[in-house]
Amino acid sequence: MKVLGFILQKEFRQIFRDKTILAMMFALPIIQLIILPLAANFEVKNINLAYVDYDRSTYSQKLMSKIASSGYFHIVGNTISYQDALQMIERNEADIILEIPNGFERNLVREGSQKVNMALDAINGTKSSIGGGYLTAVLADFNSSLDVYTKATNNNAVKPMSHIEITYTSWFNPLREYKYYMVPGILVLLLTLIGGFITALNIVREKEIGTIEQINVTPIKKWEFILGKLIPFWIVGIIVFTVGLIVMYVVYGIFPKGSLAVLYLFAGVYLVALMGFGLLVSTFSNSQLQAMFVAFFFMMIFMLMSGFFTSIDSMPGWAKQISNLTPVTHFITVVRLIVLKGSGFSHVKMELLYLIIFAILLNGAAIFNYRKTS
Amino acid sequence: MKQLLAFIQKEFYHVFRDRRTLLILFGLPVVQIVLFGFALSSEVKNIGITVLDNAHDNNSLEIVNRIKASSYFLVKDPVLNYAEIEEQFKEGKIKCALIFPVNFGQDLGRSQKAQVQIIADGADPNTATILLNYLNAIIAGYQQQLNPAAQLNYQITSEIRQLYNEEQNGSLNFIPGVIALIFMIVCTALTSVSIVREKELGTMEILLVSPFKPVMVLFAKAIPYLLLSIVNLIIILTLSVFLLNVQIKGNLVLLFAESILFIITCLSLGLLISNGTDSQQTAMLISMMGMMLPTLLFTGFMFPIENMPWIFQVLSHIIPSRYYYIIMKAVMIKGLGFSYVWKETLILAGMSVFLLAVALKNFKSRLS
Repeated sequence: MKVLGFILQKEFRQIFRDKTILAMMFALPIIQLIILPLAANFEVKNINLAYVDYDRSTYSQKLMSKIASSGYFHIVGNTISYQDALQMIERNEADIILEIPNGFERNLVREGSQKVNMALDAINGTKSSIGGGYLTAVLADFNSSLDVYTKATNNNAVKPMSHIEITYTSWFNPLREYKYYMVPGILVLLLTLIGGFITALNIVREKEIGTIEQINVTPIKKWEFILGKLIPFWIVGIIVFTVGLIVMYVVYGIFPKGSLAVLYLFAGVYLVALMGFGLLVSTFSNSQLQAMFVAFFFMMIFMLMSGFFTSIDSMPGWAKQISNLTPVTHFITVVRLIVLKGSGFSHVKMELLYLIIFAILLNGAAIFNYRKTS
Repeated sequence: MKQLLAFIQKEFYHVFRDRRTLLILFGLPVVQIVLFGFALSSEVKNIGITVLDNAHDNNSLEIVNRIKASSYFLVKDPVLNYAEIEEQFKEGKIKCALIFPVNFGQDLGRSQKAQVQIIADGADPNTATILLNYLNAIIAGYQQQLNPAAQLNYQITSEIRQLYNEEQNGSLNFIPGVIALIFMIVCTALTSVSIVREKELGTMEILLVSPFKPVMVLFAKAIPYLLLSIVNLIIILTLSVFLLNVQIKGNLVLLFAESILFIITCLSLGLLISNGTDSQQTAMLISMMGMMLPTLLFTGFMFPIENMPWIFQVLSHIIPSRYYYIIMKAVMIKGLGFSYVWKETLILAGMSVFLLAVALKNFKSRLS
C-alpha cells in the first residue's frame, strides 16, 4: 500500500510538470464544447430552391408564392429551362428543382389532377429527404387550400370531409435546437479522449524512453504499477468532466435534469472502461505513433457507431450488434437520457451493468497482457 | 539520380517495417467506407413508437395498423396513461408517442373533425421532424381513404427524382471526405513524424553531412507517402464502385490529377510542420489537432459549412481539404469537367506552391 502511495505521488508530479496535460484539462473541454456544437449543426435550413415555370399561370404563381413564404426555402433562381436549373445544381447553387409543366392550371381545372416534377440533389441524404418532405408538405397544403377556394365558389352541396387534426408537441427540447442533441455527446467525446488516448500514450512513452524497463526491474507489483497509472488519470478525467458540465451550464444553460450522482457514477465507470482500453492498446504498441494510430482507429469506429452523429435505430442488425459491443454507445445513450430527459437510476440499470462488464473485461485483458519481462 | 533512388528505397524499407501503422493505414479507409456505406445512414427507420389509445375503435386501430405496416416505425407495447409514456421516453425505448382521444371514432363520424396528439422526442431534432412528416403522411393517407366520394377536387402530385444518387445510398458525401481525411493523415502527419523522428533519433545529422543535397532528403521522404496515398485512393475508389455501387461519373484522369495536386498540398504541409518541431509528440499533436480536426470539422463532409457561424465559414476557406472536397464532389459524383472546378484547382495549386516555397526556404540545412 505504501508503495502505491509513492507511485501515485510520482505520477502526479509528472503530470503537473508537463504543462500540456494541465492545459488540456481545462482548455480542451472549453474549446470542444464551444467550437464543436457551433460547427456541428445538422439542422437543415436555407434549402436552395430553383424553379422552372413552364406554365406561368395564376395557379403556378400562387404555388410559387406559397413556397416562397413557407420559410423553409431560399428561392435562388427562376430559370427558363430545366437544363439551366440543372446547371445551378451542378454549380452547388441550388439543392432542389421544382418544375411546373406547361398546362398546369388548365389540367388542374379540367381533369382535376396534375403532376409536378421535383429533382433533389441527393448527395446529401438528410438535406434532400427533409427538403423533399417540406416541399411535399407545402404542395399538400396548397392542394387543400385550392380546394377550399373552389368549394367556396361552388354552390353545389358538397359532403363535408372527415378531417383529422394533428397537434404536435416536442418533449425535452421544445424549440428543437440542435445543441441539446450535440452537447451531451461532446461531453462523452471528452472523456473518451482522456480515457483512451492519454493513458495509452503515457505508457507507451515510458516504453519508448526506456523508463519502463527501470520500473520493471523494481519489486513493484504489476497491479501497483497499473493502478498507479490509472488513478491519476481517472481523477483528471473526473475533473475534466466537471469542467465540462460547468461549461455546458454556463455557455448553453443545460443543466442535467436527472440525478447528478448517477451521472458521475456512470462517468466513473466509463472512464475505467476506457482507460482499460487505452492500457490494452499500449501493451500492443511499441511506439507513440503506433499507439496513437491504433487508438485513433478504434476511437473513430466507436464514435461513428455510437449514435453520436447518426441514430442507432436506423442501423442494420449486424451494425447494431457491433454498436452494442462498444462502451461508448451505452454511455452516450445514458448521458442523453439523464441530462435531457431526467431519467433516474432505475431506467438505466442495464447500461450500468454493460459498462461494468466492459470495464472488467478491458482492464482484465490489459493486465493479463502486460508483462514485466518480455 | 542513383543517390536519390537509393534514398527512396531506404525510405520504403522504413515504411514497410512498421507493419502495424501500415495495417491501420489501409484498414482505416476500408472500415470507414464499410461503416458509412452500410451502417451509418441519416435515414430514419425502426423508430420506437408507442400508442395511447383511449378510443379503441376501428379508426384508431386502423391507423395503428398502418403505422405497424410501415418500415419507419417499430410499434412498442401500448401504454395506459401519460405517466407511462414519460417512463418509456426516459428509458430510451421510444422516440415518439401517438395519443387518440376517447371519442376519436365518434368525432370522426359525427362532426367530421377529430384530433390526435403526437409527442416527439425533441432531443434529436432532425429525426423528430422526419418522424412528424411520416406520421402526417400516414394519417393523411388514412384520411383520403375515409373520403373516397368527396376526394380533393384537385390533386397535385409530385414526381420526385433523386439526382446523383438514384440508389439512395444514404449520403455520398462521405466518400470524398474519407479520401481527404486519409490524405491528411498519411501525407501530413506521417511525413512530418517521419522527418522529425530522424531528428529525434539523431540520424538527421548523418544525412545532412552526407554529400546528398539536404532538400533531396525531404523529397525522398515524401515519395513513399505519395505512392501510399495513391494506392489508398485506388482502394477507396474500387471499394466504392464494387461494394457500394457508386458510379464514378467523371473523368478518371482529372480525378487522379486533382488528387495528386491535393496530395502535394498535404505533403507540403507536412514538410512545413516538420521544419518547426523537434519532437515526435509535438509533430503528431500539431498534425492531428492542428490539421485533422479542422479538416474533419470544416471540410463540409461531416457538418454542412453553410450552417456554421460566419467566422467558421471564413476559417474554412483556409482549409485546403474544403476545396478538394468540392472538386471531388463535382468530378466524381456529378461527373462535371474541368471548367466547373478550375477555380478550386487554382486555389489548391496556389496553396501548394506557397506552402512548398515556405517549407523549402525554412529548411535548416544545419541543425542549430
